[in-house]
Amino acid sequence: MTTMVTTKPSMWKNSSTWANRHRKWLFASPAMIFVGLLIAVPLGWTLYLSVTDSEGSVRAASNLVGFSNYVEVLTDTDRFWPAVMRTFVFTGGALVIELILGMCIALLLWRPFRGEKWVRVAILLPLVATPVAVGMMWRLIFDPNIGFANQVLSWIGIPAQPWLSGQYTALPTLMFVDIWQWTPMVVLMLLAGLTSLSDEPDEAARIDGANAWQRFWFVTLPLLRATVIVTIVLRGIDALKTFDILYATKGKGGGSFHEVETLNIYAFGLSFDYNDYGIASTVLILFFLLIIAIMWVLTYRRKANRS
Amino acid sequence: MTTTLPARPVTQTPRPVAIAPRRRKPRAYKIFRVVALALVVLLFIAPLIWMFVASLKTNVDIYDASKTVFFTPTFDNYDNVLSRNNYFGFIFNSFWVALLSTVFSLLIGVPAAYAMSRFAMHRSALVVLMARIIPGVSLLVPWYFIFANMRMVGGFGVLILSHMFVALPLIVYIMISYFDSTPLELEEQAQVDGLTHIGAFLRITLPLSVPGLATAGILSFIFSWNNFMFALVLSGANTKTLPVAIFNFVSYASIDWGSLMAAAVVVTVPIMVIALFTQKYIVSGLTAGATKG
Repeated sequence: MTTMVTTKPSMWKNSSTWANRHRKWLFASPAMIFVGLLIAVPLGWTLYLSVTDSEGSVRAASNLVGFSNYVEVLTDTDRFWPAVMRTFVFTGGALVIELILGMCIALLLWRPFRGEKWVRVAILLPLVATPVAVGMMWRLIFDPNIGFANQVLSWIGIPAQPWLSGQYTALPTLMFVDIWQWTPMVVLMLLAGLTSLSDEPDEAARIDGANAWQRFWFVTLPLLRATVIVTIVLRGIDALKTFDILYATKGKGGGSFHEVETLNIYAFGLSFDYNDYGIASTVLILFFLLIIAIMWVLTYRRKANRS
Repeated sequence: MTTTLPARPVTQTPRPVAIAPRRRKPRAYKIFRVVALALVVLLFIAPLIWMFVASLKTNVDIYDASKTVFFTPTFDNYDNVLSRNNYFGFIFNSFWVALLSTVFSLLIGVPAAYAMSRFAMHRSALVVLMARIIPGVSLLVPWYFIFANMRMVGGFGVLILSHMFVALPLIVYIMISYFDSTPLELEEQAQVDGLTHIGAFLRITLPLSVPGLATAGILSFIFSWNNFMFALVLSGANTKTLPVAIFNFVSYASIDWGSLMAAAVVVTVPIMVIALFTQKYIVSGLTAGATKG
């Protein structure tokens, strides 16, 4: 009896001391093991598949083919390089417009006004809307025959456009959809940055006689640099990986001419529509390296600028 | 301030009245601002209203340009979607997958974020944030076959795991910046009063972090609810989530626009209602890290 009384608390105390001493890894490891298992094993497998001719089923016999998949993909000017270009056009174009538009709206919202709350709610709605539903919504609005977009064009005397169904208009239209949905994100980020700024530099510039544009360009914008870069990184990663609205509006292969086939859509199609796992894995590894490279350039430049 | 002025005599035009407080904005700017803001609101809201209006129209009315604004509203589309296409089942699936993946992610993500914040584990944080950077497709093929081997594809377990993969980096990212801004003093005080490190975390820091937890939880729920790609591959006929159900709606020859819009409204409205009531949290979560260097 007495021994139990003395051992039980001491065991509890021992394990408690142990837990407290090792709390760093005790706390961090479940999340890290979870992410590690879900990333490391699959990524290793994808890396392995990219040097095989695996096709049809992953369990079917496949041969190691060395780097021939990489040669095949990197010399593929029919699907791969156009997909790379579309990825860059889509991401770059949407991102630049979102930043400019987002900055304008953030500046409009910066100083307090009546009804501010309602404007902010309105801006938040596109951001939280389900991307697939958003895709369907714009599909109706941009429908060549019954869509509201062409109705508006007919009121002002412009001929109807094919929008999403046109070979050359589909990608710009989808960039517009991306801009509609994600400019609010840029607005909120920049607005958070703006409200954290102190008024003093702006006032000082005002006293020195700087006009509104000069104060923005030479005072506010440089102070916002860190926020702008974080925004570019976060939004850029998501834009590169855009999948939902592209797949929901154009389906497999990015349309009949592959007109909206970005790297993500291409890799998804190779994996799940054609079961061409070898090539798909190669495309994915290259895509991943591309994202890492862009991230590295952005964060490296950030550090270089700071020092 | 005054010491720098003599160095630049050119700009030193004494205008004691003009620079007093902030100058009043000219009237023209005020009008411009109101018009611009109204335009912004219209641009972001109009398509959503259009979607809602179309969901109340019959397909005949949708095809009729003269009935753009004036028409007889009907709930037939909702009836069709909810009762005939089993959308209640999909709502149920989406809700449980989002809720459980959020809860599990909070359980493992919050302590991790705490450790990463307090011990400045930048590299470990980067490992978790990799999950946000990596293209999901590159993990899907291996996941599919690993989970197919475990006979999990088409079940709720694999859906929850894959959605946790989306939620976890988000929660860790938000909570790290939240814990970074909570003061250490209270914890230290609690330890002086006899609490252990873990006790101080559980009894002092965690209760103080409820706004941060709400932010992380709400956003993770929304991202899981909206997720399409993982569910598209990993869900089965009985575990389909709403976005996949909506996508499958259009795989037939002709599109039933009215019902499609009703389905789109059904998936977006719950999220928008949540957004209306938790606006403050959502904004603080989305902009976490925005003001950091």
